[in-house]
Amino acid sequence: MPTVSMTVNGKKVSGEVEGRTLLVQFLRENLRLTGTHVGCDTSQCGACVVHLNGDSVKSCTMLAAQADGAEVTTIEGLADGETLHPMQEAFREHHGLQCGFCTPGMVMSAVDLVKKNPKASEAEIREWLEGNICRCTGYHNIVKAIQHAQTTMSA
Amino acid sequence: MTGSLMTDIRYLAPHTLDEAVSAYADAAGAARILAGGTDLLVQMRSGMISPGLILDIKKISELTEISETPEGGFRVGAAVSGAVLAEHPTFGKVWPGVLEALNLIGSTQIQGRASAGGNLCNGSPAGDSVPAMIAAGATVTVQGPGGRRDIPVEAVPVGPGRTNLAPGEILVSFTLPPRAPGSSDAYLRMIPRTEMDIAVVGCGVNLSMKDGVCTAARVALGAVAPTVVLVEDAAKALIGSKLDDAALEAAATACRAACHPIDDKRGTIVYRTKVAGVLLKRTAGIAADRAGRS
Repeated sequence: MPTVSMTVNGKKVSGEVEGRTLLVQFLRENLRLTGTHVGCDTSQCGACVVHLNGDSVKSCTMLAAQADGAEVTTIEGLADGETLHPMQEAFREHHGLQCGFCTPGMVMSAVDLVKKNPKASEAEIREWLEGNICRCTGYHNIVKAIQHAQTTMSA
Repeated sequence: MTGSLMTDIRYLAPHTLDEAVSAYADAAGAARILAGGTDLLVQMRSGMISPGLILDIKKISELTEISETPEGGFRVGAAVSGAVLAEHPTFGKVWPGVLEALNLIGSTQIQGRASAGGNLCNGSPAGDSVPAMIAAGATVTVQGPGGRRDIPVEAVPVGPGRTNLAPGEILVSFTLPPRAPGSSDAYLRMIPRTEMDIAVVGCGVNLSMKDGVCTAARVALGAVAPTVVLVEDAAKALIGSKLDDAALEAAATACRAACHPIDDKRGTIVYRTKVAGVLLKRTAGIAADRAGRS
């Protein structure tokens, strides 16, 4: 089996994987980073979004072998110790979650959006979230949370 | 969630096209090409396919480059993602229809991976970038054990999920022709929701205008036949006209005549056929506005 090495949340990791192993399986099963969720397994729901070399990707849509040598950030890598990332704080503050299943992917997508487009309009935020499905909130409070984080992330 | 559907799979990411072609040919049908993987991995996970070898082509520079040709056109590597093409400084200004079609596929995270090459080779009659590429008059370069050849995009698909590529042949790049002044293109698709859906009908129109008259046009329709279709009669109806109502209606009639759709959960034969004509009129209008209508 091939060995893959990558940097996950700032730590160098490596492991043996089969060619078919998805990045999300490597994260969850080899590294036990189970904050990244699998909702649909078919690239639609967005629960598995992580950052790969700074861009948000669906980790069920790529192989672990493809991430060899890459920098990966998962939801576990956002907070600074006990201090939540401003986006996590904003989701908590604005009640941007109910059951929480979509939240890791939603937060990772949202962070990528605010980094790339700090002044995104409400419409742009909603459009960006097309690949992240939430069955609880109706998205309103998620959008409010992201709008709040637009101010706190730049601060 | 560990897949039990798949037997052992090898993953290879060669750095040269020659290596890729020879590994692909050696695998004799057991290999699948991985560009963005947004179709391939989903098909593997759903048990539709179980390849023995996955050949990742994204480490081959020719397949991930965007360049301008000496003639003034563009060459786009088959594995270039929609997001990378969107960030190119000039491509989207010259070919807005091709870019908007490619960028309709999936969500932001899918855009970061999905490629026009994969969209074409997946062979879906509803692939959004395919009608736009055909309307643009794009050709593809393919390389196989027998060497290289260039073919028009419309010659690639032969049926749902099937292409004209010979065993061992890999799609290398798209070449888009140079543009005459007063030219532009557009792509529209009909879907019942606003995002993340598969086209009920897709329509690509590429045209040139001079002194208010359409001097050249190409029209292609998706999701209305077993393959994306180039509708030459629709183009003929537009060329030489001022895109007045009569010309648009004649082109719409040609589009309806080119439809051989299926009834499915997304739309009926009657509905798809009607929508094809409606989309032609709207898409031609957008392309003409972008071309300056002058």
